[in-house]
Amino acid sequence: MIRAVMVISTQGKPRLLKFYEFQPPEKQQEIVRYVYGALSERPENVSNFVDADSVFGQGTRLVYKHMATLYIVFAFDSSENELAMLDLIQVFVQTLDKCFKNVCELDVIFNFNKLHTILDEMILGGQVIETNSDQILKHVDDIARIEKSSSTTSLVPKSISARFGR
Amino acid sequence: MASPPPLPSSTSVLSSASSLADSLFQRSLDDLIKSLRSDPSSEPSIIARSLSEIRREIRSSDPLTKSIALQKLTYLSSLHFHSMSFAAFHTLELLPSPSPQTKRLAYLAASLSFHPSTTELLPLATHQLHKDLTSLSTSSSSSFPFLPSLPLHLLSLASSADLSSHLAPDLVPLLSRSSPLQPKAVAATYRVLSLCPSTVPVLFKPLVDCLSSDNPLTVSAAVGAFCELSAPPNDPAPYLPLAPEIYRVLVNSRSNWTLIKALKIFSRLVPLEPRLGTRIVEPLSKFLRESQAKSLVLECIKTVVSCLPTHTEAMRLAIDKIKELLSSDDDPNLRYLGLQTLGMLAPGHLWALEESREVVAQSLTDPDRSICHEALRVMMAMTLQENSIESCTLLVRQAAKSDPEFANEILDSVLTSCSKDFYELVVDFDWYVSLLGEMARIVHCTKGDEISRQLVDIGLRVRDARPELVRVARELLIDPSLLGNHFLYNVLSAAAWISGEYVEFSKDPMELVEALLQPRTSLLPTSARAVYIQSVLKVLTFSCNSHIDESSSLVNDTVIARMLSLIEMTVGPLAESEEAEVEDRVRNLLGVVRLVANIKDLSVDKDKDGMIYEVVRVMDALFSDEMGPVSANAQKKVSVPEDLDLKDNLADLSEFISDNDAAMSRSNPSILFYPQSCNASEEVEVGPTSVAESTSLKEHRKRHGLYYLSTDKETTEPELTEDYPRVNETLPPSNGDTTRRVKVTKLRPTVVKLDEGEDLATSSSLSTKVEAMKDDPLSGAIKDVLLGKNGNGASSSFDASSSSQGKGKDKVKGKEIKSKKGEEGESKDRHKGRRKHKHRKEPAPPVSVAQETPVIQDFLL
Repeated sequence: MIRAVMVISTQGKPRLLKFYEFQPPEKQQEIVRYVYGALSERPENVSNFVDADSVFGQGTRLVYKHMATLYIVFAFDSSENELAMLDLIQVFVQTLDKCFKNVCELDVIFNFNKLHTILDEMILGGQVIETNSDQILKHVDDIARIEKSSSTTSLVPKSISARFGR
Repeated sequence: MASPPPLPSSTSVLSSASSLADSLFQRSLDDLIKSLRSDPSSEPSIIARSLSEIRREIRSSDPLTKSIALQKLTYLSSLHFHSMSFAAFHTLELLPSPSPQTKRLAYLAASLSFHPSTTELLPLATHQLHKDLTSLSTSSSSSFPFLPSLPLHLLSLASSADLSSHLAPDLVPLLSRSSPLQPKAVAATYRVLSLCPSTVPVLFKPLVDCLSSDNPLTVSAAVGAFCELSAPPNDPAPYLPLAPEIYRVLVNSRSNWTLIKALKIFSRLVPLEPRLGTRIVEPLSKFLRESQAKSLVLECIKTVVSCLPTHTEAMRLAIDKIKELLSSDDDPNLRYLGLQTLGMLAPGHLWALEESREVVAQSLTDPDRSICHEALRVMMAMTLQENSIESCTLLVRQAAKSDPEFANEILDSVLTSCSKDFYELVVDFDWYVSLLGEMARIVHCTKGDEISRQLVDIGLRVRDARPELVRVARELLIDPSLLGNHFLYNVLSAAAWISGEYVEFSKDPMELVEALLQPRTSLLPTSARAVYIQSVLKVLTFSCNSHIDESSSLVNDTVIARMLSLIEMTVGPLAESEEAEVEDRVRNLLGVVRLVANIKDLSVDKDKDGMIYEVVRVMDALFSDEMGPVSANAQKKVSVPEDLDLKDNLADLSEFISDNDAAMSRSNPSILFYPQSCNASEEVEVGPTSVAESTSLKEHRKRHGLYYLSTDKETTEPELTEDYPRVNETLPPSNGDTTRRVKVTKLRPTVVKLDEGEDLATSSSLSTKVEAMKDDPLSGAIKDVLLGKNGNGASSSFDASSSSQGKGKDKVKGKEIKSKKGEEGESKDRHKGRRKHKHRKEPAPPVSVAQETPVIQDFLL
């Protein structure tokens, strides 16, 4: 299964974290630090796989993709195929790209909930449920539409309070 | 911390005013992120302020204010690692929200932060989860068709066994109806099953049915679920009856994802049922030949290599593909995976590894650490007695060139694999010993502890290696630059011990004494220093003795005189050392020095002072007794004397213990060489017995010399048994590696082994592990369902279920389930029974399962 999905900036800041096996916050912080340490010392143009035995247990590995200022990292165990995981990262990136029109770190930073929604349409409890980025996007859009239509009727536009932002 | 929120009815004017202010001026998540970004240096204070705001806002009676507070908290918890356990109750409060957006926020918060181990309130979510899971069938909320996916996520991330068993019946309709939700339900079902094996009777059959669903995504998810269920450490045996279903998927599916998972399942089933191999080998070979998808090809390679080694044709294809991967110069990922799969070929197809030796050796220098790792692993996998010299020399040379971290990894694996099973890989100990010396000298070497352990261990176990050991030790000792490296202190101390213990092989005792007393030894820690000084003592007694015997041309009056004056000069000041260890040994040494200072005059006339000769000989005898390795179980073999009462109170002894005794107990050395304190035994136990037999000692020593020098093995054989009574040195002729050893030109010296019996312990622990695996409740439950009894057992359970159905409906779940078939009702009921922990005793599965599941044998024929 997939043990975790992490998006970490090249500065070492986590931008999206989802652990498919419960980790308390302190442990999460430790993992992010370890993963960032392991990835940041790797040169360009090397393979995308790193052993992760020491954080996720025996036989686990990280597969990552370095995109501009972000590392997109999946941790997985022996029940997953390495190249399939690499493809899955590609699917995730593609979906983000389609969703945000050339995704950049800012999109990831300001769309915390949307990123989770996208990820949840792709992976459930560490199991891959959809690998077609168009389908994922369609589901995400459907959800957004439904949420919008139900929220316009009931909510005071929150932008007013946003203006008072300190 | 979860304090209940203010109830609207009892809210004071004040609090409602503040809550109004909160909602009017509340900062959104975006505001929070912006302020964090605008001033990264004051991040902690911003977060602290936000957290206190959130604590206030989250108690608000306005659901929107509350939900935004929760959203911010989720963000801070997920990306800034702040605990949000205090908000568990508020999260639960928002789960039923009519707004889909708020509901989603609440579910996200819950799935990220809830866990049975930390969230006591988790059971309170049961009803809401149930409601949302069944929302499609019960209400008109079909305007939000994705609703049940929210509780599915929560169920798979944060569920407890209890929650799983309560909600399992709700998954059944989702599993059985083809919809976009079906794959999600399948994925969640896996988690529920593994959390709560008692749900197997309810969920297993619908899950199996998903394997033949029309929706390819559902099939994929179902195959994935079985792949996880059969993964180690689970026992894959219960899934054998599913082989026909999985095979059908393997042949019909077009999705590479699904095929990969199906192959993974087969790679676990084939070892249990080799006949399956002949079935899957054909589609596998087809994929290997034709598939364009690298991931699928990779999986085929792995499956063939790991479980179809007897299918030559497929094996050949796979090996070709591995070589293709290895030669893909432009894609480091493929080379990495090539190396990984290459390693899987050992030990069965070493020729294939051997053919790629060059690529592997080259990969050791790759800029990619992951590739280096794999290359090292492969290198070690293909190292045998025949090529150990070549491989290890190459690796150590590579270590000298690598960065510190990888260098030590290389050294570590060389040291570990060479010392495995009493140095089984090593044929030429002279080579290995000098390799150890070479390793110690590698600049970044931090493996000093292990190297020193092996140096001493080989000294104790392998007689033939001792001359070379002494030579290597000398080289280490005479190099003053090594004394500055604290990683090497143990190695140096081992070298000093070896030079003292086996001084008879030393070419030049004087040089040795000089090396042991060189000025830079002051850099050594006390423990090593003590060993150095003790070794000087051994060298000195040996030199004196051989001078008396005139057995060595290297020692004469002048040498002894120089030695004595050097020792006096350098060691003398240390007699006042504050370190007890050092002081003790220095005083011993000086005592002997002063005693033998007279010999130089007496060497011509031996009878003049018999006393001194006698003392020198006794001293020499003290050290000449051979030390062997000590079995790890040696202590157990010593029977406790009958009159020894270990529980006796020793307090009344304290008055007898004087200062002298305390000083004596101090000499119990902290320099513990492996195995267990050789120095201690040498002084305390060996000494007296040696003195007793001192008359025969000269002869004994001569015989020793003969033994070491001689090339005729006939005379040595009986010696061996005499001197090493504890050794089971003769290997049983049926030993598998004797055939291999025949090919080796150089005869491997005897390696003393003592603890071979320990293997028994590990193998028995292995078997208990297997036992434990068989007892795994999940596989037990699945076996019950798949292989379980049918006929009367089932019919009786039908009766039981129909009578108890009414009871079931009184419970929380019962009324909401629209059980269309009796079968469903039955399984639900059975499941309720199981919740009372009677699960293993329940007799039979639903009759339908037993009928529909084909028996494996039919498929195989």
